[in-house]
Amino acid sequence: MISLEKVRQRAESDAKTYGYSLNPDPAFLNDLLEGLRKNEERYGYPGCPCRVATGQLELDRDIICPCDYRDPDVAEFGTCYCALYVRKDVIEGKTQINPIPERRPKEKQERAYSTIKKPAETPQTTPVETGQVKKKLWYCKQCGYVVFREDPPYVCPICKAKRELFAPIELHTLPRG
Amino acid sequence: MDIVKVEGKNKHHRILIYALSTCAWCKMTKQFFKDHDIAFEYVDVDLTNDEDHEKIRKDIEKRGAPPTFPTIIVDDKTVITGFRKDLIKEAVGT
Repeated sequence: MISLEKVRQRAESDAKTYGYSLNPDPAFLNDLLEGLRKNEERYGYPGCPCRVATGQLELDRDIICPCDYRDPDVAEFGTCYCALYVRKDVIEGKTQINPIPERRPKEKQERAYSTIKKPAETPQTTPVETGQVKKKLWYCKQCGYVVFREDPPYVCPICKAKRELFAPIELHTLPRG
Repeated sequence: MDIVKVEGKNKHHRILIYALSTCAWCKMTKQFFKDHDIAFEYVDVDLTNDEDHEKIRKDIEKRGAPPTFPTIIVDDKTVITGFRKDLIKEAVGT
Protein backbone atom coordinates (compact mmCIF):
# COMPACT_ATOMS: atom_id res chain seq x y z
CA MET A 1 0.00 0.00 0.00
CA ILE A 2 1.37 3.39 -0.98
CA SER A 3 1.80 5.92 1.83
CA LEU A 4 0.44 9.43 1.79
CA GLU A 5 3.98 10.68 2.28
CA LYS A 6 5.13 8.89 -0.86
CA VAL A 7 2.29 10.46 -2.85
CA ARG A 8 3.24 13.87 -1.47
CA GLN A 9 6.93 13.43 -2.30
CA ARG A 10 6.12 12.36 -5.84
CA ALA A 11 3.86 15.37 -6.38
CA GLU A 12 6.42 17.75 -4.88
CA SER A 13 9.17 16.37 -7.05
CA ASP A 14 7.02 16.65 -10.18
CA ALA A 15 5.96 20.20 -9.32
CA LYS A 16 9.60 21.17 -8.91
CA THR A 17 10.56 19.66 -12.25
CA TYR A 18 7.88 21.66 -14.07
CA GLY A 19 8.26 24.88 -12.11
CA TYR A 20 4.88 24.58 -10.40
CA SER A 21 3.91 24.54 -6.73
CA LEU A 22 1.45 22.37 -4.88
CA ASN A 23 -1.81 23.85 -3.61
CA PRO A 24 -0.98 26.26 -0.78
CA ASP A 25 -3.97 25.26 1.40
CA PRO A 26 -2.60 22.45 3.61
CA ALA A 27 -5.99 20.84 4.34
CA PHE A 28 -7.12 20.99 0.70
CA LEU A 29 -3.75 19.64 -0.44
CA ASN A 30 -4.00 16.81 2.04
CA ASP A 31 -7.44 15.88 0.71
CA LEU A 32 -6.13 15.84 -2.86
CA LEU A 33 -3.15 13.67 -1.95
CA GLU A 34 -5.38 11.33 0.02
CA GLY A 35 -7.70 11.08 -3.01
CA LEU A 36 -4.73 10.18 -5.19
CA ARG A 37 -3.57 7.62 -2.67
CA LYS A 38 -7.04 6.03 -2.56
CA ASN A 39 -7.24 5.89 -6.34
CA GLU A 40 -3.80 4.32 -6.59
CA GLU A 41 -4.90 1.70 -4.11
CA ARG A 42 -8.14 1.09 -6.06
CA TYR A 43 -6.83 1.06 -9.59
CA GLY A 44 -3.09 0.58 -9.31
CA TYR A 45 -2.44 4.08 -10.64
CA PRO A 46 -3.13 7.56 -9.29
CA GLY A 47 -6.21 8.65 -11.25
CA CYS A 48 -7.22 12.29 -10.83
CA PRO A 49 -9.12 12.53 -7.53
CA CYS A 50 -11.70 14.87 -9.09
CA ARG A 51 -12.58 12.65 -12.05
CA VAL A 52 -14.15 9.23 -12.38
CA ALA A 53 -11.75 6.53 -13.51
CA THR A 54 -12.84 3.24 -15.09
CA GLY A 55 -10.03 1.14 -13.68
CA GLN A 56 -8.89 0.38 -17.22
CA LEU A 57 -5.48 1.83 -17.74
CA GLU A 58 -5.78 2.57 -21.46
CA LEU A 59 -9.03 4.47 -20.98
CA ASP A 60 -7.81 6.33 -17.92
CA ARG A 61 -4.29 7.11 -19.10
CA ASP A 62 -5.04 10.75 -19.86
CA ILE A 63 -6.38 11.37 -16.34
CA ILE A 64 -3.53 9.74 -14.44
CA CYS A 65 -1.92 12.43 -12.33
CA PRO A 66 -0.22 14.51 -13.58
CA CYS A 67 -2.96 14.39 -16.22
CA ASP A 68 -2.57 15.28 -19.89
CA TYR A 69 -4.49 18.50 -19.27
CA ARG A 70 -2.39 19.86 -16.43
CA ASP A 71 0.02 21.99 -18.42
CA PRO A 72 -2.54 23.79 -20.60
CA ASP A 73 -4.83 24.24 -17.59
CA VAL A 74 -2.07 25.70 -15.42
CA ALA A 75 -1.05 27.95 -18.30
CA GLU A 76 -4.60 29.21 -18.85
CA PHE A 77 -6.13 29.22 -15.37
CA GLY A 78 -3.20 29.08 -12.94
CA THR A 79 -4.16 25.63 -11.65
CA CYS A 80 -4.81 22.15 -12.94
CA TYR A 81 -8.34 20.72 -12.89
CA CYS A 82 -8.22 19.46 -9.30
CA ALA A 83 -5.94 22.35 -8.24
CA LEU A 84 -3.12 20.12 -7.01
CA TYR A 85 -0.63 21.95 -9.21
CA VAL A 86 -0.60 25.72 -9.21
CA ARG A 87 1.38 28.49 -10.85
CA LYS A 88 3.74 30.83 -9.02
CA ASP A 89 1.36 33.80 -9.14
CA VAL A 90 -1.24 31.70 -7.31
CA ILE A 91 1.23 31.11 -4.50
CA GLU A 92 1.94 34.84 -4.48
CA GLY A 93 -1.77 35.49 -4.06
CA LYS A 94 -2.05 37.37 -7.37
CA THR A 95 -4.35 34.77 -8.91
CA GLN A 96 -7.21 33.14 -7.06
CA ILE A 97 -7.91 29.43 -7.10
CA ASN A 98 -11.32 28.75 -8.62
CA PRO A 99 -12.97 25.69 -10.12
CA ILE A 100 -12.05 25.46 -13.78
CA PRO A 101 -13.86 23.83 -16.72
CA GLU A 102 -13.13 20.27 -17.77
CA ARG A 103 -10.67 20.15 -20.66
CA ARG A 104 -10.84 16.40 -21.14
CA PRO A 105 -12.47 15.90 -24.55
CA LYS A 106 -16.06 14.70 -24.43
CA GLU A 107 -15.20 11.75 -26.70
CA LYS A 108 -12.73 10.44 -24.16
CA GLN A 109 -15.18 10.89 -21.33
CA GLU A 110 -17.91 9.12 -23.28
CA ARG A 111 -15.62 6.32 -24.32
CA ALA A 112 -14.70 5.74 -20.69
CA TYR A 113 -18.29 6.01 -19.49
CA SER A 114 -19.50 3.64 -22.19
CA THR A 115 -17.52 0.87 -20.50
CA ILE A 116 -19.64 1.31 -17.43
CA LYS A 117 -22.40 -1.29 -17.34
CA LYS A 118 -25.81 -0.31 -18.62
CA PRO A 119 -28.80 -0.68 -16.30
CA ALA A 120 -30.21 -4.15 -15.67
CA GLU A 121 -32.22 -5.39 -18.64
CA THR A 122 -29.28 -5.29 -21.04
CA PRO A 123 -26.51 -7.16 -19.29
CA GLN A 124 -23.18 -6.19 -20.73
CA THR A 125 -21.59 -9.12 -22.41
CA THR A 126 -19.18 -7.34 -24.65
CA PRO A 127 -15.78 -7.01 -23.08
CA VAL A 128 -14.27 -3.58 -23.10
CA GLU A 129 -12.43 -2.93 -26.28
CA THR A 130 -9.27 -1.29 -25.21
CA GLY A 131 -8.28 -1.84 -28.85
CA GLN A 132 -10.34 1.28 -29.55
CA VAL A 133 -7.41 3.22 -28.09
CA LYS A 134 -5.17 3.58 -31.10
CA LYS A 135 -1.70 4.50 -30.01
CA LYS A 136 1.08 5.64 -32.25
CA LEU A 137 4.52 7.17 -32.11
CA TRP A 138 4.74 10.95 -32.03
CA TYR A 139 7.87 13.04 -32.13
CA CYS A 140 8.55 16.59 -31.14
CA LYS A 141 9.89 18.42 -34.17
CA GLN A 142 11.69 20.85 -31.88
CA CYS A 143 13.69 18.51 -29.64
CA GLY A 144 13.12 14.99 -30.95
CA TYR A 145 11.27 13.65 -27.89
CA VAL A 146 9.31 10.54 -28.87
CA VAL A 147 6.17 9.29 -27.18
CA PHE A 148 3.87 6.29 -27.83
CA ARG A 149 0.39 7.58 -27.03
CA GLU A 150 -3.02 8.05 -28.55
CA ASP A 151 -2.49 11.79 -28.88
CA PRO A 152 0.60 13.94 -28.67
CA PRO A 153 1.06 15.82 -25.38
CA TYR A 154 -0.29 19.36 -25.13
CA VAL A 155 3.19 20.49 -24.20
CA CYS A 156 6.47 18.67 -24.83
CA PRO A 157 7.75 17.56 -21.40
CA ILE A 158 11.33 18.11 -22.54
CA CYS A 159 11.44 21.39 -24.48
CA LYS A 160 7.92 22.75 -23.73
CA ALA A 161 7.04 22.98 -27.42
CA LYS A 162 3.31 23.15 -28.10
CA ARG A 163 1.25 20.21 -29.36
CA GLU A 164 1.27 21.63 -32.89
CA LEU A 165 4.98 20.85 -33.09
CA PHE A 166 4.38 17.12 -32.70
CA ALA A 167 4.12 14.92 -35.76
CA PRO A 168 3.31 11.23 -36.09
CA ILE A 169 6.10 8.86 -37.02
CA GLU A 170 5.08 6.64 -39.91
CA LEU A 171 6.70 3.23 -39.78
CA HIS A 172 7.15 1.31 -43.00
CA THR A 173 8.36 -2.23 -43.22
CA LEU A 174 10.28 -2.94 -46.36
CA PRO A 175 10.61 -6.44 -47.71
CA ARG A 176 14.16 -7.76 -47.39
CA GLY A 177 16.33 -9.20 -50.06
CA MET B 1 -28.77 4.15 -4.59
CA ASP B 2 -27.21 5.21 -1.30
CA ILE B 3 -28.16 8.83 -0.77
CA VAL B 4 -26.63 10.22 2.40
CA LYS B 5 -28.74 12.77 4.28
CA VAL B 6 -27.01 15.48 6.27
CA GLU B 7 -29.17 17.36 8.72
CA GLY B 8 -29.24 21.13 9.01
CA LYS B 9 -31.54 23.75 10.49
CA ASN B 10 -32.08 25.41 7.13
CA LYS B 11 -34.42 23.17 5.15
CA HIS B 12 -35.77 25.79 2.76
CA HIS B 13 -34.27 24.11 -0.26
CA ARG B 14 -33.76 20.58 -1.39
CA ILE B 15 -30.06 20.20 -2.10
CA LEU B 16 -28.60 17.18 -3.82
CA ILE B 17 -24.88 16.89 -4.46
CA TYR B 18 -23.38 14.39 -6.86
CA ALA B 19 -19.85 14.06 -5.52
CA LEU B 20 -16.76 11.87 -5.53
CA SER B 21 -15.36 10.52 -2.27
CA THR B 22 -11.82 11.35 -3.41
CA CYS B 23 -12.51 14.88 -4.61
CA ALA B 24 -11.32 17.82 -2.50
CA TRP B 25 -13.73 20.25 -4.22
CA CYS B 26 -16.62 17.92 -3.38
CA LYS B 27 -15.52 17.79 0.23
CA MET B 28 -15.36 21.58 0.31
CA THR B 29 -18.88 21.77 -1.13
CA LYS B 30 -20.27 19.44 1.54
CA GLN B 31 -18.47 21.47 4.19
CA PHE B 32 -19.98 24.69 2.86
CA PHE B 33 -23.50 23.40 3.48
CA LYS B 34 -22.54 22.07 6.90
CA ASP B 35 -20.98 25.41 7.85
CA HIS B 36 -24.18 27.20 6.83
CA ASP B 37 -26.33 24.66 8.66
CA ILE B 38 -28.17 23.81 5.46
CA ALA B 39 -29.68 20.33 5.15
CA PHE B 40 -28.48 18.45 2.07
CA GLU B 41 -28.20 15.05 0.49
CA TYR B 42 -25.28 13.63 -1.40
CA VAL B 43 -24.14 10.60 -3.36
CA ASP B 44 -20.48 9.69 -3.74
CA VAL B 45 -20.67 8.53 -7.31
CA ASP B 46 -17.36 6.64 -7.27
CA LEU B 47 -18.75 4.42 -4.52
CA THR B 48 -21.99 3.54 -6.34
CA ASN B 49 -22.46 0.52 -8.56
CA ASP B 50 -22.21 0.82 -12.33
CA GLU B 51 -25.95 1.01 -12.78
CA ASP B 52 -26.38 3.91 -10.37
CA HIS B 53 -23.35 5.62 -11.83
CA GLU B 54 -24.93 5.47 -15.27
CA LYS B 55 -28.24 6.80 -13.93
CA ILE B 56 -26.50 9.72 -12.26
CA ARG B 57 -24.55 10.59 -15.37
CA LYS B 58 -27.75 10.53 -17.42
CA ASP B 59 -29.52 12.64 -14.80
CA ILE B 60 -26.81 15.31 -14.94
CA GLU B 61 -26.78 15.31 -18.74
CA LYS B 62 -30.58 15.46 -18.90
CA ARG B 63 -30.31 18.71 -16.97
CA GLY B 64 -27.96 20.07 -19.61
CA ALA B 65 -24.84 20.02 -17.45
CA PRO B 66 -21.52 18.24 -18.02
CA PRO B 67 -21.09 15.06 -15.96
CA THR B 68 -18.40 16.46 -13.70
CA PHE B 69 -18.17 16.62 -9.92
CA PRO B 70 -19.37 18.15 -7.74
CA THR B 71 -22.72 18.81 -9.39
CA ILE B 72 -25.14 20.58 -7.07
CA ILE B 73 -28.86 20.45 -7.77
CA VAL B 74 -31.04 22.92 -5.90
CA ASP B 75 -34.80 22.26 -5.69
CA ASP B 76 -34.58 19.87 -8.61
CA LYS B 77 -34.12 22.76 -11.05
CA THR B 78 -30.95 24.84 -10.55
CA VAL B 79 -27.83 22.95 -11.51
CA ILE B 80 -24.42 24.20 -10.43
CA THR B 81 -21.29 22.62 -11.82
CA GLY B 82 -18.29 22.78 -9.53
CA PHE B 83 -17.89 24.46 -6.15
CA ARG B 84 -19.11 27.88 -7.31
CA LYS B 85 -19.71 29.54 -3.97
CA ASP B 86 -21.27 32.61 -5.58
CA LEU B 87 -23.83 30.57 -7.52
CA ILE B 88 -24.60 28.35 -4.54
CA LYS B 89 -25.18 31.37 -2.32
CA GLU B 90 -27.44 32.89 -4.93
CA ALA B 91 -29.44 29.67 -5.29
CA VAL B 92 -29.92 29.03 -1.58
CA GLY B 93 -30.06 32.66 -0.52
CA THR B 94 -27.39 32.67 2.21
